[in-house]
Amino acid sequence: MKDLMTNIMNLTWLLLVLLGCTTFSNSGIAHQRYPADGSFTKVVQKIQPKIIKIYGAGGFRGLESYQSGFLISNEGHILTSWSYVLDSDIVLAVLDDGKKYPATLVGMDPQYEIAILKIDVTELPFFDLSQTLESEVGMKVLAFSNLYGIAVGNEASSVLHGYICAKTKLTVRQGSRKINYDGEVLVLDAMSNNPGAAGGALVSGSGDLLGILGKELKNDLTGTWINYAIPIAELEGVVGDILSGNERVARAETIKPKQAMSTQFLGIVTLPNILSKTPPFVDHVLDKSPAKEGGLMADDLILFVNKRRITSCDDLDEELSFIDQEDIVTLLVQRGEKLMTLDLEIE
Amino acid sequence: MRFLKPDKTSTTKCRLRLRAVWGCRLLTIAICLTPLALSGQENTPQTRSKQDDLDKLVYKAEQERIRIVQSTLKSAISIFGPGGNGGGSGVVISADGYAITNFHVTQPCGTHMKCSMPNGKLYDAVIVGVDPTGDVALIKLFSEEPLPFAKLADSNEVEVGQWCFAVGNPFLLATDFQPTVTYGLVSGVHRYQYPSGTLLEYTDCIQVDASINPGNSGGPLYNMKGELIGINGRGSFEKRGRVNVGVGYAISINQVKNFLDYLKSGRIVDHATLGAQVFSDADGQVVVNNILSTSDAYRRGLRYGDEIVFFADRPIHHANDFKNVLGIYPKGWRVPLTFRREGVLNTIQVRLAGVHRPAELLNAVEKGAPAQRPPGQKKLPKNHKVVSNPKEYEQKKGYANYYFNELHRKRVWDRFVKVTDWKKTEATWQLKFTDQNSSTVELGLNENQVGGLFPLGPELLDLSKDLDQQLVPLGSGGLLVAAHLWKHLLQEGPEKFGELYYLGAMPLPTMQNKQEVFVAVHDVVECRFYFDSETGLLSLLELYPDEMTDPCEIYFTNYQVQEGMKVPVHWRVIWSDFEFSNMQLKELKITK
Repeated sequence: MKDLMTNIMNLTWLLLVLLGCTTFSNSGIAHQRYPADGSFTKVVQKIQPKIIKIYGAGGFRGLESYQSGFLISNEGHILTSWSYVLDSDIVLAVLDDGKKYPATLVGMDPQYEIAILKIDVTELPFFDLSQTLESEVGMKVLAFSNLYGIAVGNEASSVLHGYICAKTKLTVRQGSRKINYDGEVLVLDAMSNNPGAAGGALVSGSGDLLGILGKELKNDLTGTWINYAIPIAELEGVVGDILSGNERVARAETIKPKQAMSTQFLGIVTLPNILSKTPPFVDHVLDKSPAKEGGLMADDLILFVNKRRITSCDDLDEELSFIDQEDIVTLLVQRGEKLMTLDLEIE
Repeated sequence: MRFLKPDKTSTTKCRLRLRAVWGCRLLTIAICLTPLALSGQENTPQTRSKQDDLDKLVYKAEQERIRIVQSTLKSAISIFGPGGNGGGSGVVISADGYAITNFHVTQPCGTHMKCSMPNGKLYDAVIVGVDPTGDVALIKLFSEEPLPFAKLADSNEVEVGQWCFAVGNPFLLATDFQPTVTYGLVSGVHRYQYPSGTLLEYTDCIQVDASINPGNSGGPLYNMKGELIGINGRGSFEKRGRVNVGVGYAISINQVKNFLDYLKSGRIVDHATLGAQVFSDADGQVVVNNILSTSDAYRRGLRYGDEIVFFADRPIHHANDFKNVLGIYPKGWRVPLTFRREGVLNTIQVRLAGVHRPAELLNAVEKGAPAQRPPGQKKLPKNHKVVSNPKEYEQKKGYANYYFNELHRKRVWDRFVKVTDWKKTEATWQLKFTDQNSSTVELGLNENQVGGLFPLGPELLDLSKDLDQQLVPLGSGGLLVAAHLWKHLLQEGPEKFGELYYLGAMPLPTMQNKQEVFVAVHDVVECRFYFDSETGLLSLLELYPDEMTDPCEIYFTNYQVQEGMKVPVHWRVIWSDFEFSNMQLKELKITK
């Protein structure tokens, strides 16, 4: 009964989010207000309590152990970037006054590379996702984040200024995908996407939320770094899904096919399944197998099978048993700190 | 002095370049504001006139900004080391040519450097004082005319979200004498940046997204009133090479102000420590978790477990706040500290000890951080000559430039002597006081014999033995030794006193004016003489038998003429926060 109530409440909330977005997206840029003296001190003071400094895994081999996030509900939900930083038993969320809270992972979406954390505090100022503003090229923006981990202790997050230069899709698909997100991004002229900035908030000059700062991204060909944010409008659905616990997409097939996929069939040998939830790490792949052809390697951690999240070797077997041998299996794997999407098929 | 003027065409080109830059800026502003003005509106006469009004406003704001930026350019300097080695930026802060820059800019330049100013002149400059920990250096430009200088702001008033601009010499581009202006937002204030493998530590600094590049080091950061709020000195670069990535740091000008009078002393100045460590506990309180029993803070009553509430009048909510406050004060200053114990608030005045040993500082100055060499470094303008006969420089171990120490020592002493000169007085001084209990105190001071009559009995110094073992009378901390050294300085002067140097100027909690300080060692005891910066008179003498003991303090006030000499009539003797004696001079006898 309680679950049902929660579900209804979540659905209502989601509906409100969607309704709100349509109403406000029409108001567009005319909605922006600029302070008379040209400074942004008031906006900054309003936004900074909503920004969270996140500390987790990392801190070696040039991997920063921190990133950014922001509060999106009265119940302590934090929207952030999904990365190895969250891959830790203890993830700490630090507010702008230095207060620290342990954060739990509510859910994540590898496609959008976002995650939602929750801290056990209510009544904190938060971004109302129904109050976001539609972004336009040429808009003045402020980027809030804990870039370079500068803001230690009770120091508030850093603020950078800039303009939206373009709304476009990123084509960074040579070789392995550097980012999984393939929707529209806001390209910025501010140096917003520095180490630790991922998950930060992009707001308009009047403090309305526009987007979430993406990860560091470099063009290997030109050596240029791109600064971008994912528009909040693009995340409406997925954020709602994660919050309502519906992050798992439905299986394409509900009945197991006669000729089903299996790890043996694909040539994947996982770690010995001895625990109740053995993480689906690849021990090795068999020669001339679909796994080998598809680029799977030893030590890869399989996270998703056809967009469905798996957390154990049992999950993996179960998920594969719903896929016909004729079909393509798309795996999302973590290799080191990189995420990669691999398509395996039988020739 | 050598002036080098660039030819007229180059100056005109520079002006044109400047105009072009502002033209572009204007365009950018126009582009960003246009959608705001035009969105969803028809092109009717009304909207056109609104647009015209907005254009005028934008134009007016733009002109105002140009005016402010132009006014700050005049005091900017671009620094080049002899032979084109290294360089950076700086800013003149007084008409007599004192200028601030980074320690890491002056260090590879050595003792002398060339500084160009936008007026088209190239000045010789000399190092005055350095702060290797805070990365600040004071230099002096040799100029016959007064120089334009920057107005110093109160950097505690800087807020995140305000606009600011940096003026400087990024990539040493200013070989045409014209500085570069970069504009941005204040991204963070009261930032603490850990030392990066050196002594260098940035505390309480300002973070900006205005472009700060190699070569900008030492240059000024202004608020939009054109007031100096900081000295640019550092950036977060890491993997993206040595170019700006939207994160630059400026040393707050308030920190520079605190150190300025110390830097003028020609010394290598040190930062401060409390002798106690603090941490932020689970309840968000900042608590002392380690304290040296030899520290001044301990002697003033601070203990393990006390909660720090205020430090130097700033509220302390986090261990970071504490480090930020501590970092902006020089060694030796006295600052108020409020702590809470068992619910009760106590406020004490703490003497801050030095962070480094003199050898550590000297090492940092001699070796220290590597020279900053921006890519594409250019050679100096033609006609540049290295100064063959350096003026205003004197080398002495432990000093950045001993010339300035002597200069100020002489200035302070000459000023005092002008009011009251004791040099030619006879050898024996007899002073008769009445103390707070109407008891009589007598002092007899002579180079060979020093004695006193106190309410609890007579005391005599044995001048053939160590003075730190004769801190009589009991409870005074060494009043008799202090009185002896007081006479010694007055009669012999600083040259003959022994080892004596000028420390700089500092505020004292009980005094209205800043105090200029001589530090002197005589026998085995250290003495500090404080001269009031307004009256020039000696206002306080502190006698330190060693670093771990409270000094005997004698506060001299109410100077009056006796025996033809101007002498302090009121002596207040304090030891360990207790008033030992409060004496009125009744009689002064000077005899052979």
